Amino acid sequence: MAERKLRILVGKPGLDGHDRGAKVVARAFRDAGLEVIYTGLHQTPEQIVSAAIQEDVDCIGLSILSGAHNTLLPRVCDLLKEKKADDIAVFCGGVIPEDDIPGLKKAGLKEVFTPGTSTEDIVAWVKTNIGC
Amino acid sequence: MSLAEKILQGDIRAAARLMRDVDDGFSSALPELKTLYPHTGNAYILGITGPPGAGKSTLTDQITASFRQSGRRVGIVAVDPTSPFTGGAILGDRIRMNRHADDEGVFIRSLATRGALGGISRSTGEVVNIMDAMGMDVVIIETVGVGQDEIDIVRMAHTTAVVMVPGLGDDIQAIKAGILEIADVFVVNKADRDGADRTARDLSMMIEMGNRKEGEWLPKVMKTEACRGTGIEELMAEFEAHRGFLSASGIMQRFTEEKNRAVFSEMLKERLFNSVNGRILENGELKRIVAGMGTRSVDPYSAVEEVLDRYLLDAGSESA
Repeated sequence: MAERKLRILVGKPGLDGHDRGAKVVARAFRDAGLEVIYTGLHQTPEQIVSAAIQEDVDCIGLSILSGAHNTLLPRVCDLLKEKKADDIAVFCGGVIPEDDIPGLKKAGLKEVFTPGTSTEDIVAWVKTNIGC
Repeated sequence: MSLAEKILQGDIRAAARLMRDVDDGFSSALPELKTLYPHTGNAYILGITGPPGAGKSTLTDQITASFRQSGRRVGIVAVDPTSPFTGGAILGDRIRMNRHADDEGVFIRSLATRGALGGISRSTGEVVNIMDAMGMDVVIIETVGVGQDEIDIVRMAHTTAVVMVPGLGDDIQAIKAGILEIADVFVVNKADRDGADRTARDLSMMIEMGNRKEGEWLPKVMKTEACRGTGIEELMAEFEAHRGFLSASGIMQRFTEEKNRAVFSEMLKERLFNSVNGRILENGELKRIVAGMGTRSVDPYSAVEEVLDRYLLDAGSESA
């Protein structure tokens, strides 16, 4: 029987222009054997959700350093719900204050990775928590 | 409701899932594809190929915008390479096409080559068919960045555009066989760069040297700057001209017949191979043959003949 190949969307919502982190993580997923749809900088939540649906990904990994995480990330989760696609898991990484994490998780984020997390840990988390 | 039925009713998620089932080789996709097949054959299929970094994705973005302006629905299949070491892939063609992400008249799917060497993935034909059944008027296939010999696109696309850029080689490169022979339209992209005129001239000379018969299509060389949208209108007109030529000349019909024959033989080949290979893998015969070849006590020519004699007669009765 054929096997499912894990597909993941990596993108950057909003207006900050720092994509080194997203690229490093995308590369780590590639090296772990995943198919990574990299959508790049300056994405609106609408664009991210639409791409995730068209690409039939298992999860969405968002990198955000702008401070707009409390606005943009819940919006991604809401749109997924609206489109009946909330089986697609969302996690994020970036400069996110400790205090904001519970709120983000309540909004639907499955995990929040803060600075200092190793790519091995992120890959391991995806492999353990994201089934397809 | 089956995936195919949902797709025919316009369900985007169902389409995306079936594409994945096809790409992952799920046998459950077969009945769905059977249901969709009568609803295919309507889309105009455009192939965009050329070396890495030539601007294929940016050009695809501009072409899509132009088709959208005339109200046509566009499907895009964008292929990027799979790592031969890890099986992973970075599919990054969407980056250049993001402005179409929330346009409901555009559906973009990224595919990884997964080991296929002809510039597209094995699943590309089926994914195009699914987009066709979704009611896309145009399906654009953007190949992986190719070099000289990856020409599977030509059997799939009604019109194939080969995108070149200045500075890749001299006029000797232009007369070599392979990818340059398959173009219906040549695009010299990044035409603002030094050497663009030279590249266009080399290509034109190569075309003129060809021994074209009466009534054959004569490819033109178009210059574009995809990131600024320069030359796109002229390029679109050339696509339209080629499409018109195909129908008027009767070549379209011949193309479709040849394509259908190729699709059928390819499928037959795969199913036959899987069926026979599966059995000799299972019963250990393959292992014995390979071991025998190692000591030269078995030659592969006779071994293939024996295997075929034994299994071929009833090979078709088992589904792969």
